[in-house]
Amino acid sequence: MIAPPLLLSLRVILVASVFILGLGLGAGTLLARQRFPGHIVVSTLLNLPLVLPPSVVGYGLLLTLGRGSPLKEWFGIDLLFTWQAAAIAATVVALPLMVESTRAAIASVNPELEAAARTLGASELEVLGRITLPLAYRGILAGFGLSLARGLGEFGATLMVAGSIPGRTQTMPLAIYDAVQRQDYTLANALVLIMTSLAFGLLWWVRWLEGTRNPNLH
Amino acid sequence: MPRDLIVDIQKQRPQFTLEVAFRSDHEPLGLLGTSGSGKSMTLRCIAGIETPTQGRIVLNGRVLFDSALGINLPSRERKVGYLFQHYALFPHLTVAQNIAYGLRGRSKAAIHRQVAEQLQQVQLIGFDHRYPHQLSGGQQQRVALARALAPNPELLLLDEPFSALDAHLRSELEKQLLKTLSRYPGLTLFVSHNLEEAYRVCQRLLVLADGKVVAEGPKQTIFDHPGTLSLAQLTGCRNLSPLQRQSNHTLAALDWGCILQTLEPVRLTHTHIGIRAHRLTFPDQATQPNTFPAWVAWTSETPHRLSLYLKLGQPPSDHEDYHLQAEVFKDRWAEMNGRPFPWLVHLDPAQLLLLEGVSRG
Repeated sequence: MIAPPLLLSLRVILVASVFILGLGLGAGTLLARQRFPGHIVVSTLLNLPLVLPPSVVGYGLLLTLGRGSPLKEWFGIDLLFTWQAAAIAATVVALPLMVESTRAAIASVNPELEAAARTLGASELEVLGRITLPLAYRGILAGFGLSLARGLGEFGATLMVAGSIPGRTQTMPLAIYDAVQRQDYTLANALVLIMTSLAFGLLWWVRWLEGTRNPNLH
Repeated sequence: MPRDLIVDIQKQRPQFTLEVAFRSDHEPLGLLGTSGSGKSMTLRCIAGIETPTQGRIVLNGRVLFDSALGINLPSRERKVGYLFQHYALFPHLTVAQNIAYGLRGRSKAAIHRQVAEQLQQVQLIGFDHRYPHQLSGGQQQRVALARALAPNPELLLLDEPFSALDAHLRSELEKQLLKTLSRYPGLTLFVSHNLEEAYRVCQRLLVLADGKVVAEGPKQTIFDHPGTLSLAQLTGCRNLSPLQRQSNHTLAALDWGCILQTLEPVRLTHTHIGIRAHRLTFPDQATQPNTFPAWVAWTSETPHRLSLYLKLGQPPSDHEDYHLQAEVFKDRWAEMNGRPFPWLVHLDPAQLLLLEGVSRG
């Protein structure tokens, strides 16, 4: 059965992408333009999931979402072993790529342009919306593409917080592992082909964004 | 309502302290100084791009910044136009969109009319839909000027507006700028490190060195009576020598090896004597005081003028052996060239600059 893991993966990445975009843009912009106390700590913490083993990230998420966590004890929300937990895991592991790309893209925008916009009466929101983001959008989109590819491929942390329940939390990477265990190579081959194509497509898009310059920027 | 700008600010940086106070009225004020003297920093503080450590900025009676009162208006509320040194045009917006950027809250038709008017003022009709990278440097500068002027700012700040341009474009754009400024009703500050440029554009000058104001006043006064050694250097005086006072109107110019009569009394605080290169004259006979025999050690040409490096009293030993620099027009040089040495050079007592070695203020 190809459809359930594929649709689940798409649903997970769709929800995760909303958080990746929101948090990544916010944190990336903040880190690029503000020098607040502890900014190095914040950016280091955000980058940790990039290098930690998936089991450590998964364990951290178990502590954050599971028994004894504020979410569970105070609000009674239990996300463990749901597809939402898979979306959270995908967000956490993919976020560093988005934050770093956004930070670099925004840092490359000449601050003089933003200063000019302010002297012309622009509010901070207008500066961001009409000057900074339009000038940085290629780098930001490239980071977004990388994050999507990383999120789609998320395996370890997802296994720990969402499990591998067919039809409910079993995303494509987990379904491939499961199919190989059951020696269902037909399914494994099909899913591997889909995964690889999606990843290839996303990376190709990222390369294309980085390779072609906006013709109006020199 | 007063039509003026009052600035009295301090800005501390790790390696640098800016401390300027001045007032400017409807006449363009030129901020002159070498790079690193604090000119641009001053403009950035006025525009709200940088925040002074303390002080006050008041524009037409409106407080833009006051550290004591805790007032610090954001850039967008200051009504201060800024022409950046490298223009800072928005590369992803067209010429028309760039100019319209500061025209928010008006109807589409009004914005369109304003943009057309500005384009006409800077002689760029028909360039609406070009992007900045499709324009020459001079055209970019004019778009930046139009963009800064479009929202009718109360104050226009010009930060070295010609420095990124080729020499042949400068004089043309300078003329255009002067024309535009003559129609602009607001106040203008013009920053430059080029003294001739500042002299042409502005009536009054403010001279900065190391973050401090070393002189302020009508430009002619500053050029004719620099008063201090550093200001004489900043305003391009090339002949300077330490002096030894001999009497009220007599001194020895130590580097030049001559005794000079002065019109202005020599005070004990005067440490240096100077004379501008174009003020030296070459009479046929030694009838006036301060006339000395001179030999030419070296010459260098500019398109219309010639710089002569002169040695007083005896022939020079080599090209580096000279006391004074003189500047003469080429036709005058044609008359003089070929005369036997020594020539006579005259240092007019009325043109001698008596200078104090330490800066005042």
